[in-house]
Amino acid sequence: MTSELNKLTIAEASSKLRAHEITATQLTRDCLDRIAAAEAKLHAFITVCEKEALDQARAADARLAAGNAPALCGIPLGIKDIYATKGVRTTCASRILEHFVPPFDATVIERLRADGAIFVGKTNMDEFAMGSSTENSAFGATTNPHDTSRVAGGSSGGSAAAVAAHECLGSLGTDTGGSIREPASFCGVVGIKPTYSRVSRYGVVAYASSLDQVGPFTKSVRDAAILLRTLAGKDVRDSTCSARPVPDYERALTGDVKGLRIGVPREFFVEGMQPEVEQSVRAALKHYESLGASTVEVSLPHTGYAVAAYYLVATAEASANLARYDGIRYGLRVNAEDNVALYETTRAQGFGAEVKRRIMLGTFALSAGYYDAYYLKGQKVRTLIRNDFERAFEQCDLIVTPVAPTTAFKLGEKMNDPLTMYLSDIFTISVNLAGLPGMAMPCGHDANNLPIGMQLIAPPFAEETILRAGDAFERTGSFKPRTPVV
Amino acid sequence: MTTNREAYEAVIGLEVHTHLLTHSKIFCGCSTTFGAGPNENVCPICMGMPGVLPVLNRRVVELAIRTGLAAHCTIAPYSIFDRKSYFYPDLPKGYQISQYETPICKGGYIDLPPTENGETRRVRLTRIHIEEDAGKNIHGDSASLVDFNRSGVPLIEIVSEPDLRSAEDAGAYLRQLRAILRYVDASDGKMEEGSFRCDCNVSVRKRGATEYGVRTEIKNLNSFRFVEDAIEYEVDRQIAIVESGGRVAQETHLWDPARKETRPMRSKEYANDYRYFPEPDLPPLVVPVEMVDQVRASMPELPADRKARYVREGLTEYEAGVLIADRDVADYFEATLPGLKNRKAAANWVMTEVLRVARDSDKPFVEAVPPAAEVGALLQMVEAQKISLNAAKTAFAAMVKSGKGADATVAELGLAQVSDESAIAAAIDKILASEPEKVAEYRAGRDKLFGFFVGAAMKAMGGKANPKVINEILRAKLAG
Amino acid sequence: MAAAKITLEQVRHVARLARLELSPSDEERLRADMDEMLAYVDKLNELDTKDVAPTTQVGEAGTPMRDDVVTNQPAADAMLANAPSRDRDYFKVPKIIE
Repeated sequence: MTSELNKLTIAEASSKLRAHEITATQLTRDCLDRIAAAEAKLHAFITVCEKEALDQARAADARLAAGNAPALCGIPLGIKDIYATKGVRTTCASRILEHFVPPFDATVIERLRADGAIFVGKTNMDEFAMGSSTENSAFGATTNPHDTSRVAGGSSGGSAAAVAAHECLGSLGTDTGGSIREPASFCGVVGIKPTYSRVSRYGVVAYASSLDQVGPFTKSVRDAAILLRTLAGKDVRDSTCSARPVPDYERALTGDVKGLRIGVPREFFVEGMQPEVEQSVRAALKHYESLGASTVEVSLPHTGYAVAAYYLVATAEASANLARYDGIRYGLRVNAEDNVALYETTRAQGFGAEVKRRIMLGTFALSAGYYDAYYLKGQKVRTLIRNDFERAFEQCDLIVTPVAPTTAFKLGEKMNDPLTMYLSDIFTISVNLAGLPGMAMPCGHDANNLPIGMQLIAPPFAEETILRAGDAFERTGSFKPRTPVV
Repeated sequence: MTTNREAYEAVIGLEVHTHLLTHSKIFCGCSTTFGAGPNENVCPICMGMPGVLPVLNRRVVELAIRTGLAAHCTIAPYSIFDRKSYFYPDLPKGYQISQYETPICKGGYIDLPPTENGETRRVRLTRIHIEEDAGKNIHGDSASLVDFNRSGVPLIEIVSEPDLRSAEDAGAYLRQLRAILRYVDASDGKMEEGSFRCDCNVSVRKRGATEYGVRTEIKNLNSFRFVEDAIEYEVDRQIAIVESGGRVAQETHLWDPARKETRPMRSKEYANDYRYFPEPDLPPLVVPVEMVDQVRASMPELPADRKARYVREGLTEYEAGVLIADRDVADYFEATLPGLKNRKAAANWVMTEVLRVARDSDKPFVEAVPPAAEVGALLQMVEAQKISLNAAKTAFAAMVKSGKGADATVAELGLAQVSDESAIAAAIDKILASEPEKVAEYRAGRDKLFGFFVGAAMKAMGGKANPKVINEILRAKLAG
Repeated sequence: MAAAKITLEQVRHVARLARLELSPSDEERLRADMDEMLAYVDKLNELDTKDVAPTTQVGEAGTPMRDDVVTNQPAADAMLANAPSRDRDYFKVPKIIE
């Protein structure tokens, strides 16, 4: 008889753990068993931490027995392999860090440890978070639990798939242009990217410093609220991290959306979208209206320029952030006669094609004679995009859009043309450029049973509005999540 | 090298990088102590590990502001950090966090000490900005070794306008700058430890011309001597080129002190395009007026202010100028004063006896001379007429050698002066009695004989009599 | 047809700046990719941004600063643990020629 405790939500498991109905060790074992069974097909994990997880579970059980344990005590989580985890290798899905073992924990990892959470393993991702399908991992792609011939999305594909397939109860991802929201949408789970600066980036390997943000994947909106409470808040080690107090996000889940004004941007319902995606999101909007919210059409006129601005700004920052990978202090080294050759061959062999592409583009955008036309221009258009949202939020409290133009595409389908891949970020990217909070949650399925997600966007630090609205939909919506095939 | 120097003018600008005196590094909590074992003072942040972030050390900003105030700069209320990208083994992130278009200090000037004919020169500054240092490479035979202890140590870069016109001026400017930095405790200015490095930009033009010539950059000079020599050499070299109809190439040079010449650096295969852009991990540096005021209020006294104070307290311009030239000397002078009435005597002593000993020694000033308190004690003995000035000089010389204190030395050498009037009177009586002709001649008008009697009296007292007392008693007795 | 946005020579120059060794087929592929991307981002020129200030950060204003206190202990072994090439407590690299 299998207990299948891994299918619980965080809220459910937390309650049972504290009521001593189940133990953290049982819960963790069920997750590890599931991982063992599913990984051959799913490949959501780069490193599974069986021993460490069971050690953590033992400690969690002791704490739970003593009483008064935090909500996350004993909860098994997957951690995107972009977070520094002390003593556990952190690869960023790259050959250049294949054997790198950090001597320190990321701040959010420290916070989760302090709460007694359990790390079952490091999840797969696109190399250095650059990608939208997890096909750019140096260690193989992650498949979609609803159809293993399709992608899980990216760059946090492993974290999304692991939660969708019940390999863990929640996971951490990162989002720079949609890397939490898009895989959440493709895998049918909840994924939230908080306001930029809401969560510390210390110990999160940097891709684009002014865009990267930490966020959780969960099975429910309530679970996201629980995780976010622990993750968020001031960190003296991150100079860009906000000191704003962190609300008790669970309190926001009142179920009441009466009077909520929902903005629907006309630029987000475009040609080339999969019709079922549009239908699903519009049905969700109708449902909100039935709950007492109102909808209003808004305009975000510079939406069409977001992908271009992003691919100048993000790649420029990335080109500098990835300059440290040189084979001298850690990571891959390809031996050479002189230092220039050392750098050139180490980086050529250590980085995959997409990473090289972005480093090249970013270096060019900053180079002498091109800075104004490219990097600076991108940052100026970014201001226009921020202003668009500011103006739109004068008319509404929340903006609801699709997450991606399509449901999960087939493995290999978009690998031939980078630009096609980049354009799948079209609905998520402007949210990062504006630094706003955005959450993806399931709102339907297409004819192939593939999940469709909707995106909820709010003004800066208004995560409570998002969580309240998302929770209300989840509890009352007629849509029911499908079981994954894996 | 003989060149047609007169027809040409040298134009020199200096860029000085100096370590700031902080306990910890600019962006992390590692120690900045010089001389630690390799890679002891490093952490994930200053080693550029994946995922780390910089957090600015407040003291760095305070010391940069202090320096800016001392150099009469405008302190920017708002300045930006930038990433300066290049690859080098001692640069862990592959970029240096620096300041490019908006530095913390702009403008400013440093006045050089007046020349012998009283001429003052003002050297304008362009800017001062904050940045982090890189690690150190040690070159072996077949490999190089990298130590990141120095990576992340805070630096300020002080850039002068090309206002200098000679190697001597450059030396004077560097000395003055270093003095200012040491006065405000921003830096210890130790070139030997690498905490004060200078790059020179040198060009020449025909006297009277207004356009600048092509300049070469001479990098990483780490002694004042090298700076002056390198500039002399480079100016001559450029004049020779121009005179022969050639063109000076815009290059970067290194100074070879052994061969006493500049050489172009090995041409870099890959040109440096630093691709500056604003550092996204650090918000703009906001320096409110209150912070500047606080820094100004807590600043140690500047050299110019200290000099003015000395003059107010009774020293001459010249004396004050000599004493403040080095902060250690000025501090030393002030430390001799407690308990002493005669400030000028102390000034004089420091300027002559103490500085002479310091100049002749290899050691740094503070180690080369007896403790200031001991010199003060010695001068107090002179003031109280317990020893003569000559005896004090003897004692001082012994103290320098032995390291012993003033009291012990005076006692050991038996230098205490006799002021006992009856003893002196008795000795004088004896002399006058034994030289009746000379006494008569003196009374008849040969004043010069007074010195003879003084000398004889002093000799009779074994050199230890208080000369003032001898004079008084002798005069009285000779007057009849 | 629009002129190429980037030449092979420029690609080589950028690769040197970024310290990436490229094979001839890499070079050509990157040139084509970059060309496509640069043509795409050209659309930004449709926007007049003369009077628009660039956004370099979207966080809050103000400069967090730390006190000047040493908080780190020496831990050379931990810091050198990932070193690909080590000589005692140094990182070893090919000889640097100045």
